[in-house]
Amino acid sequence: MKLKNKASVVVIGGGVVGNSVAYNLAKRGVKDIVLVERSFLASGATGRCGAGVRQQWGTRQNCLLARESMRVFENFKDTLNVDVDIELKQKGYLLLAYSDNELGLFKRNIEVQNSLDIPSKLVTPQEAKDIVPDLNIDKLVGGAFCPTDGHANPFKVTYGYSKAAVNLGVEINKFTEVKKIKTEKGKIIGVQTNRGFIETSKVVDAAGGWSQQIAKMVNVELPVYSERHEILVTESVKPILDPMLMSFSYNIYCQQTPDGSFIMGYGPENEPPGFNTHSSWQFLETMSKKATWLLPPLNKIRILRQWAGLYNISPDKQPIVSKIKDVENFYVACGFSGHGFMIAPAIGVLMADIITESEFTYDVILDIERYKRGEVISEPSVV
Amino acid sequence: MNEDNIIICRCEDVTLKDIRNLIQQGFTTIEEIKRLSRIGMGPCQGKTCGLLIAKEIAEITGISIEKIELQNIRPPYGGVTFEEIIAGDEVEK
Repeated sequence: MKLKNKASVVVIGGGVVGNSVAYNLAKRGVKDIVLVERSFLASGATGRCGAGVRQQWGTRQNCLLARESMRVFENFKDTLNVDVDIELKQKGYLLLAYSDNELGLFKRNIEVQNSLDIPSKLVTPQEAKDIVPDLNIDKLVGGAFCPTDGHANPFKVTYGYSKAAVNLGVEINKFTEVKKIKTEKGKIIGVQTNRGFIETSKVVDAAGGWSQQIAKMVNVELPVYSERHEILVTESVKPILDPMLMSFSYNIYCQQTPDGSFIMGYGPENEPPGFNTHSSWQFLETMSKKATWLLPPLNKIRILRQWAGLYNISPDKQPIVSKIKDVENFYVACGFSGHGFMIAPAIGVLMADIITESEFTYDVILDIERYKRGEVISEPSVV
Repeated sequence: MNEDNIIICRCEDVTLKDIRNLIQQGFTTIEEIKRLSRIGMGPCQGKTCGLLIAKEIAEITGISIEKIELQNIRPPYGGVTFEEIIAGDEVEK
C-alpha cells in the first residue's frame, strides 16, 4: 500500500499516545491525518508496560488525567464505537507503606485524590491482608487502596484506538520510519519516511522513548531522557491476587492479570540514560527475591519471560503535552515517566485541544514552558 | 476439518480461524499476532505454534516463509520457578 503524500497532520509514533491523539483529532473533524510507526503498533513502551491503570497519584494533574482516562477505559467500546475488549479488571491498587513518612505521603495524596472523587482510602496492615490474604505484612505500616484502579491490556487499548481512528478516516502506516522532518524558514513542510515523503505543515511527536530524537530533527532539545525498566511475566495460575501491589520504598509493582499470569517489575538503580532494552540476569534475581518475600506463594510459580522497555522521563515526572515555540506547528507528547498508558485517553483529548486551538477540556498545565517559569510540582508516586 | 476446531496454540487455546482472521485484518507478523491473540505467551513460548503461524502468514500474504521472522526469544527460555532462581540465597528485605 502506498502512503498518502499529503496530510494535514502527521503523528509520529504508533503507541497508545499516538493512536489516542490521532483518534481524538479525527473526532474533532480534522481530515487527512496520517500516523507513522517504524515497527508495529504498541511495539515500544506501550506494549512493554506493566498494564496497570491507577488513579492514586500525588499531583492533582496526574490524578485528574488518570481519573478521566479511567472513565474512558470503563466505557471503552461505547466511547470509541469499536468492538474491542480491553480486558479491564478493576480490583484496585494496593500501595504499601513501610514507614510513617510514607504513610503520611499516602495520606496527603488521598486528600488530593478524594477531592477529585477518586475513592481511595488508607488501610491498616490487617485490612491489607484481608484484601490480599497471601500478602506478607511483616514490617508493613499501612497502605492506600483504591478499588476502581486495576488492569487493562495495552495492546488491546492501542488496537482499539487505532481501529476507531481508521473508522474516522485516519491513515495508519506501520513499519514506516521517519528519517527527516523537512523545514523551510522555520516552518515544517513535510516528513521524509523510508516509504516516501508526506507533505504536511503539522507534526506531533509521540515517539515515546525516542521522542527526543524526533525533536532533534527540527533542532529542538527536549528536557527528557530514556531509561530502561525491566519486567517479567509468569505462567497463568488460578487467581490469588486481586489488586496491583505496589510499593515505592520497597520498590516493586506486581499484579495478576485476567489471564492468570503475574506481571511485575521494579525501578532500576544506577541505570544509565539510553536506549538499551536488553534483559538482565540481575533483574531476574532481584525481582525474584523481592516478589517472593512480598507474596510467598509465588515461589512455586514459573517465570516464563522477561523483557524491558523505556521510560521517557521528564524533570517533574509529569508528561509534556505542548506546542513548541521555536518551531511552528510542532507538537510533543512525551516525558510520561512510566505512566503514559494509563493516562493516554486524556492526553489524546488534550493534544486535540492544543492543535485545534480549543479551550482545554481539563484544567492542567503540561506545556514545556513550565520548566522555564519554574512552575514545577514533582510527582512523588513513581516506581 | 473445520478451522474452528483446529488448535494452533495449545498453551493459549488459539484456533486456526483466529489466526487466519488476524492475518486477513493485516496483522502479518508473528509479533503482532502474538500480542493480539496471546499465541506464544504460554508455557512453550511459541516453540510449538511459531512455525505453523509463519506458514499461515506465508500462504495468505504470498511472502515466502523464509522471509517471515519468528518471534523474539526472551529469557529465561524455559519456565523457571522463582524458588529455583533464588535457591541458596538469603532473602532479606
